[in-house]
Amino acid sequence: MKRNNGAAPGSPGDAIYIALTRGAVALMVLLGVGIVLSLTLNAWPSIRETGARFLVSAAWNPVTHDYGALSSISGTIASTLIAMVIAVPLSLVIAFFLVELAHPLVARPVSYAVELLAAIPSIIYGMWGLFVFAPFMADHVQPALGQILGFLPLFSGPPMGIGVLTSGIILSLMVLPFITAVMRDVFSMVPGVVKEAAFGMGSTTLETAWKVTVQYGFSGLVGAVFLGLGRAVGETMAVTFVIGNAHRLSPSLFAPGNTIASTLANEFTEASEPLYLSALIELGLVLFVMTLIIQVLAQLWIDRARKKAGGGL
Amino acid sequence: MKPIHALSALLVIVLVACGNQTPPKADRSGSPSESAAAADRQSSATMTLNGAGATFPFPIYSKWAHMYNQSTGTRLNYQSIGSGGGIAQIKARTVDFGASDAPLEKAELDEAGLVQFPLVMGGVVLVVNLEGISSGQVKLSRGVLADIFLGKIKKWNHAAIKKDNPGLALPDGDISVVHRADGSGTTWIFTNYLARISEEWKTSVGSDKAVEWPTGMGGKGNEGVAAYVQRIRGAIGYVEFAYALQNNMTHVQLENADGTFVSPTIETFQAAAANADWANAPGFYMVLTNQPGAASWPITGASFILMYREQNRADTAKEALKFFDWCFTNGAAAAEELHYVPMPEAVANQVRALWKESIRSGGNPLWN
Repeated sequence: MKRNNGAAPGSPGDAIYIALTRGAVALMVLLGVGIVLSLTLNAWPSIRETGARFLVSAAWNPVTHDYGALSSISGTIASTLIAMVIAVPLSLVIAFFLVELAHPLVARPVSYAVELLAAIPSIIYGMWGLFVFAPFMADHVQPALGQILGFLPLFSGPPMGIGVLTSGIILSLMVLPFITAVMRDVFSMVPGVVKEAAFGMGSTTLETAWKVTVQYGFSGLVGAVFLGLGRAVGETMAVTFVIGNAHRLSPSLFAPGNTIASTLANEFTEASEPLYLSALIELGLVLFVMTLIIQVLAQLWIDRARKKAGGGL
Repeated sequence: MKPIHALSALLVIVLVACGNQTPPKADRSGSPSESAAAADRQSSATMTLNGAGATFPFPIYSKWAHMYNQSTGTRLNYQSIGSGGGIAQIKARTVDFGASDAPLEKAELDEAGLVQFPLVMGGVVLVVNLEGISSGQVKLSRGVLADIFLGKIKKWNHAAIKKDNPGLALPDGDISVVHRADGSGTTWIFTNYLARISEEWKTSVGSDKAVEWPTGMGGKGNEGVAAYVQRIRGAIGYVEFAYALQNNMTHVQLENADGTFVSPTIETFQAAAANADWANAPGFYMVLTNQPGAASWPITGASFILMYREQNRADTAKEALKFFDWCFTNGAAAAEELHYVPMPEAVANQVRALWKESIRSGGNPLWN
């Protein structure tokens, strides 16, 4: 990065530009700090009331004012995990196909189609999920899963089509285009010479893909995964439509559940009691901390992977 | 240099966009000075009233608003964000009136400086999704209804349900309970009823705008509950009657306080409403669930309007009262068309007396 690219020092354009960029950066930092501060401040009555129990209690009772975040946290984690388990391998394969295997005449339109998925507003996914996908899950997918894997508590219970599993699958469709787009860029940045060297050593296409292309771009791929993860954790509208919005812990993925974001979307406007409102804001704080932890872990992991593999990106 | 140009151009665009957005935002937030200025700019013919709250009466409020707008030019901007939201918004003074299906106690009204009065009444009905079964065919007794929502009766062919419905082919399927996911006045009315008919409900769950449901899943708004019930086989949920009719849903007969099974109709709502003794209800605090009478629909409720006793903006408050007066005088036919129960003339006069006595601006009564 060049700091001073030849322009006369003290030229007004430069000064304005530097001031603008510094201002923008300062604004971002201020915003972040401000959000944390105001969340903590407003969540304080609830933090003082429930303490650490908030994180481990599954109660959510607006009548007795007993609030716990466990069902929302576990629902957030469960639906996000399902989304990632489905979306990551699919994205990896799609991206690899588009970059390495597909004829450009095919790759172009397919890339556009994948990117188009990213442009669909989440409310559309929600409505499609409720009106089209949930009945399909109830009639075909869940009965079949229940028959084959019904002995596991994960796949027990009545097939209603609404629930954690359905929202996880919808989420996977929503994050897929983001992950795919970044992975595609990562793959296309892997230098041809590296791959040619592998082929020269007698590697098969699969071996080259797995041992060279993926290793080389590993940190970029991890970045792509965490981009998708960040989106899945906070997704609100689509999840609210199909997850069933129940404050209950259930071992079954067929059962209705909730996520932090869906709880906020449902209950925020109606929370007239101060402690109720405060508990909801504390939920928001928990979500904020969760995404922060994800970001930090991602960064640590990328750094370590980069040191170990010496990847190129 | 190119990216730098692009960046600064972007920045400028963002700044300009922000700059443009600010004035309408402030206007919408309804800060008194801004809105008052807006009101000054407009003639009274195009005045806008801002209200927010209950979803339960939303169909009739929007119908009345449309009719009133055609005859007077005054516009009503009513946001059906839910009863709790309506209470929160009026307390935050962002709206001219709040609406709630859950009445506030007299003490809370006095503390906040609010007055409360009923505008319309209606019924909450139970809707089901059972193949081959049409409206009014299924009968649910009080005990069965409570046990279904307590999660104790889990199958449609349970002996207790069969007992009330001899000869009806009930499926061997799971019952999926659907309730409201958002806080709601409809929930307040429904759980108030369950607490009145079931001791177990009263002690283990209680009644409020949102409760800790023992079973089932939540839909957002009356629409959300309707959508879930229509899409899940074996589902049962509660919605305001107008939503059940609009969506062609299958409703059930319920057992009332007298032990007779009744269907939801305007007549059974009216029968329940006729029991209400409004004259002796301080602050118009009135709950109409589980009313006696062989023809009474058990889950009936009134929908309330909340306004400040002391009004800063006399003209808007006056116009709001004029609108409510118009609803009492001219709104009955439209209400009945949408299966709401209009307030009886006697109650309307009590409400007008309350306006005259309590709602003031700078010491002057706004209603004569």
